[in-house]
Amino acid sequence: MPLTMNRVSVPVTVDAEKCIAGKGCTVCVESCPLDLLAIDKEKGTAYMRFDECWYCLPCEKDCPTGAIHVDIPYLLR
Amino acid sequence: MNGLDMEVDVLVIGGGTAGPMAAVKAKEKNPALRVMLLEKANVKRSGAISMGMDGLNNAVIPGHATPEQYVKEITVANDGIVNQKTVLAYAQQSFSMIEELDRWGVKFEKDETGDYAVKKVHHMGTYVLPMPEGHHMKKVLYRQLKKWRVDITNRYMATRLLLDRNGAIAGAMVLDSRTGEFSVIRSKAVILCTGAAGRLGLPASGYLFGTYENPTNAGDGYSMAYHAGAELSGIECFQINPLIKDYNGPSCAYVTGPFGGYTANAKGERFIECDYWSGQMMLEFYRELEGGNGPVFLKMNHLAEETISTIEHILHTNERPSRGRFHEGRGSNYRDAMVEMHISEIGLCSGHSASGVWVNERAETTVPGLYAAGDLACVPHNYMLGAFVYGRLAGESAAEYCAVRALAAVESDQVERERARVLGPLAHRDGLPPSQVEYKLRRMVNDYLQPPKVTRKMEIGLQRFAEVAEDLTRMSATNPHELMRAMEVHAILDCAEMAARASLYRTESRWGLYHYRADHPEKNDKDWFVHVQVKKGDGGDMSCFKRPIDPYVVPLDEEEKAAYDHLRITKQAAVA
Ligand SMILES: Cc1cc2nc3c(=O)[nH]c(=O)nc-3n(C[C@H](O)[C@H](O)[C@H](O)COP(=O)(O)OP(=O)(O)OC[C@H]3O[C@@H](n4cnc5c(N)ncnc54)[C@H](O)[C@@H]3O)c2cc1C
Ligand code: SF4
Ligand code: SF4
Repeated sequence: MPLTMNRVSVPVTVDAEKCIAGKGCTVCVESCPLDLLAIDKEKGTAYMRFDECWYCLPCEKDCPTGAIHVDIPYLLR
Repeated sequence: MNGLDMEVDVLVIGGGTAGPMAAVKAKEKNPALRVMLLEKANVKRSGAISMGMDGLNNAVIPGHATPEQYVKEITVANDGIVNQKTVLAYAQQSFSMIEELDRWGVKFEKDETGDYAVKKVHHMGTYVLPMPEGHHMKKVLYRQLKKWRVDITNRYMATRLLLDRNGAIAGAMVLDSRTGEFSVIRSKAVILCTGAAGRLGLPASGYLFGTYENPTNAGDGYSMAYHAGAELSGIECFQINPLIKDYNGPSCAYVTGPFGGYTANAKGERFIECDYWSGQMMLEFYRELEGGNGPVFLKMNHLAEETISTIEHILHTNERPSRGRFHEGRGSNYRDAMVEMHISEIGLCSGHSASGVWVNERAETTVPGLYAAGDLACVPHNYMLGAFVYGRLAGESAAEYCAVRALAAVESDQVERERARVLGPLAHRDGLPPSQVEYKLRRMVNDYLQPPKVTRKMEIGLQRFAEVAEDLTRMSATNPHELMRAMEVHAILDCAEMAARASLYRTESRWGLYHYRADHPEKNDKDWFVHVQVKKGDGGDMSCFKRPIDPYVVPLDEEEKAAYDHLRITKQAAVA
């Protein structure tokens, strides 16, 4: 079956300066009820892997360094 | 066999609200039991209360209300179709549950004398207890889970229940959503606490996950109970909620109402007498929304600055804390203008309306060894406190059942069939993406099932659903996460079919908008003062049938019965 990839803007932004995933932090990955976040091993930061957000904010509230910001998804803004 | 294959006594599926309570109560009843709490997300942050809760919507507190008054209120709010014994069991245990939560550290609003500060939102009685500090709910529950040494298993999705040769529970089959591994958990009893079927209708925005309910709750439990042969009830009594337009948070009459906020039309006038969520209220809401005085708004701009900041503090920090960001982005402010409202997508949820797995007052379903609690168990308008009370009942009942029950033998053909179904999408790498199948299915749900319900439309809907059923086997998953989503689409389809069949079966209108049938607009008590049950028939087809309503334990007079029939404000009353 022919398939293609669509680009989408995602609601979660991670501040690479503040994120300490490189030191082993995975707090936001464990918090997200929808399991949408992952760690980019090369960059040592968390990122949003799937655009399936409930904009509920546990990721942002639980992050120890304030690195995460959740926006309202573009379609609803 | 795989990594997690295990044996426990009680398996609780879903660790949101009812689930942790059920697990703790099973342990309290018998600490020797092996109790596992299996959760698709992480119990620290899962379910409807992942960030907390604004308050108790249905607190029955001595001095403010009696269990009998509450049973009456819910009987009329749910248009007579209730098994009153289940509602009474909730009402009688509501206060002891509040006291227990209070001891555990949940903070409820109290007045100067230390009494609970209950507010009136319902039509008849006083039941709403605010929790301005309600954001610590999950922490409180987690402490209890640790204290009672419940075995917590996060990031696993249960996909089907396992039955023994006689149709009793033998365990469940589960998928590790991080590795894609499939395994079997044998258990004597299963307690289903998987929440609402929240990903049924598509939100008007088109964003699949912008649902009112926490979208991890895709209806898995409804589907699992159905395939295990359990009876489901009231499926045609949809959940439809009044929300902020484009934002999925409640409007929220329960929070703003006691402060003087209310639902208004475009002229700023009240049009409903009572903001308590019922199908009857939603019908008036819908009429105003679609009529010349529409759309509908939440009016707070007449309130004092102090009051508005208090409301903002509650609405923007607790339950749906991203709400402030939404308003900021739109440049809207409760002080300046009314806030536009809309109605939600449809869902199945007994926490808010009445659709669920049939349970009795001990939280037993019709399948031996299977218990249900929370939004997916049919106890109308049960909300969060109802999830806790039925969680407790289910935990205790399951613990008692374990005392007289051994683990059943595993029927390997069930396991192999399920393994093939679950792992199927990993086998073909270039099949249909689950998200596309889900989008199409849920768009069809909107087109054909959203009230006003029309017979011919629902029939066409069923044809479309049958076509989507064929697409299920053509889905592919490129990673374990997508595999979990693919399995959710299976559950959503089951829920869509149940919603269509139960709605077609009840050829009358009832519950206001929730079951408003344009071609059967009248309520017909002669033929339809009954529960409508959905069950998997012996041949594997979906069947519907009537279940008589047990004689009321709390009788109502005619005037009381009609209390929710006149929610629209008459012109004269509006002036007064
Ligand atoms: C936005 C919102 C606001 C609300 N406000 C109020 C309020 O102010 N007052 C009030 O009383 N009530 C309120 N309610 C209702 C109340 O929150 C619910 O009735 C109650 O929390 C339901 O509890 P539950 O255990 O049934 O579901 P949940 O708490 O949602 O838990 C279900 C759990 O099951 C898990 N799960 C789902 N499928 C599977 C699977 N296949 N395998 C494993 N796990 C699975 C989910 O991840 C989830 O953690 C609100 C609900 C919402 C959505
Ligand atoms: S806002 Fe909620 S759903 Fe979105 S990434 Fe954060 S925790 Fe996950
Ligand atoms: S919780 Fe914060 S610091 Fe930790 S990985 Fe996530 S974004 Fe980085």
